[in-house]
Amino acid sequence: MMSEATGIVKILLFMVSCVFTSNYIFSQFLGICPFLGVSNKVETAVGMGLAVTFVMGLASLFTWVIYRFVLLTLGLEYLRTISFILVIAALVQFVEMFLKKSSPSLYKALGIYLPLITTNCAVLAVTLMNIDGAYNLLYSVLNGVFSAIGFLVAIVLMAGVRERLETANILKPLRGFSINLVIAGLMSIAFMGFSGLVK
Amino acid sequence: MNWIAILLALGVMALLGLVFGIVLSFAAKKFQVDVDERVANVRAALPGANCGACGYVGCDAFAEAVVAGKTPPNGCRAGGAGAAAAIGEALGIEVTPAAPMVACVICQGTAGVAKDRYKYDGYRSCRVAASLSGGPKECRFACIGLGDCAYNCKFGAITMRDGIAYIDKNICAGCGTCAGICPRRVIELKPLNAQVLVRCRNSDVAREARSVCTRACIGCGRCVKECAYDAIHVEDGFARIDSAKCARCGKCVTVCPCKCITLAGAAQDLLESARNNAAV
Repeated sequence: MMSEATGIVKILLFMVSCVFTSNYIFSQFLGICPFLGVSNKVETAVGMGLAVTFVMGLASLFTWVIYRFVLLTLGLEYLRTISFILVIAALVQFVEMFLKKSSPSLYKALGIYLPLITTNCAVLAVTLMNIDGAYNLLYSVLNGVFSAIGFLVAIVLMAGVRERLETANILKPLRGFSINLVIAGLMSIAFMGFSGLVK
Repeated sequence: MNWIAILLALGVMALLGLVFGIVLSFAAKKFQVDVDERVANVRAALPGANCGACGYVGCDAFAEAVVAGKTPPNGCRAGGAGAAAAIGEALGIEVTPAAPMVACVICQGTAGVAKDRYKYDGYRSCRVAASLSGGPKECRFACIGLGDCAYNCKFGAITMRDGIAYIDKNICAGCGTCAGICPRRVIELKPLNAQVLVRCRNSDVAREARSVCTRACIGCGRCVKECAYDAIHVEDGFARIDSAKCARCGKCVTVCPCKCITLAGAAQDLLESARNNAAV
């Protein structure tokens, strides 16, 4: 029975809803830029997804702490957007340095899309939704990490489809981004099937 | 006006920025990647277009290869002599610029010269036509003339004239895209100063070659005998000129019975006259 659901079950349901039901790409249409830009190869798509997961998870943690203990105590709630952007930019910069050192090939493959995680609206959205949803610290971080895993699932699925498209015989006017957008739309419709999975 | 609130907001943002700045500067030290200074210098001397004409994935990869000694420093085609000089300066060595290359059409099979096998009226693409019963021209080495090269030329250097491709040497950048796209491999990159060219590569025996085109090289070897510089050799049934040995004397052009050796400039005149004749 749902009413007797324990804390663990609640958390599991929350994770599933982050990944599938309210998938950032397919049901909220956030973060489309990297989704279309880096989804031409599964390998780089996984790298991008992991980088976004890292940034979103840490951003959720830091922004929650900053909002709760700095902005809220000082009555500066209206500064949340600008200070969250600062946190995200610093985190992305950190990830960039880390990748350049640890994995130069992934760093090259991600290229311009790595610093563009800063302007990935999904990252800012998740931090703002943590505040709007009045989540506690645990739920904020879970929301960040599992929403990003939803992003990872979406971008890897898309990359798998696009790798096959390389050899497909597509009508000339539909080649390139047109067919990608059509596919993204179809996948989004498929993800509508998850709605109602979690009440 | 609530000055305290404004100052508080300013202070909080400045403090946050300061904290992140300090953390990042420590991280930058910790994760510093040592870049070979020479690689950076060579990279700065390159055009940065990442065109790939050098055979490497981009300018960064080319710069690394040059410093590692894996590739000659004059390998950047897009940069040309300017980039070669700048790389030489960056590395402190003498770099001789590579001879500029241009694409040349190794065929003179214009309409009326090369015999048609059938009248092609399908999709305007050489690659499609080439797959249809050996192509619309009898000669299986001839330029098909439907303009795949002209369509793919990024510089607009190729026009189709009278059934074969014509490349403007003044516009051609020597990128080699057309040579790669041609299904008949009829376009070759040659040094810009290679003014004498055998413009046929039909390797069939003389009788067959002559029966499909009046400008076909029959491999008779008269040019080989005439050449005083040992620059011409007949291999696989057609003559080839070694542009490094060729002295551009033009004797081979005069003795060729099939008029398939041309001097630079003459090819263009020939085409013009052929076109005028066709128009009359």
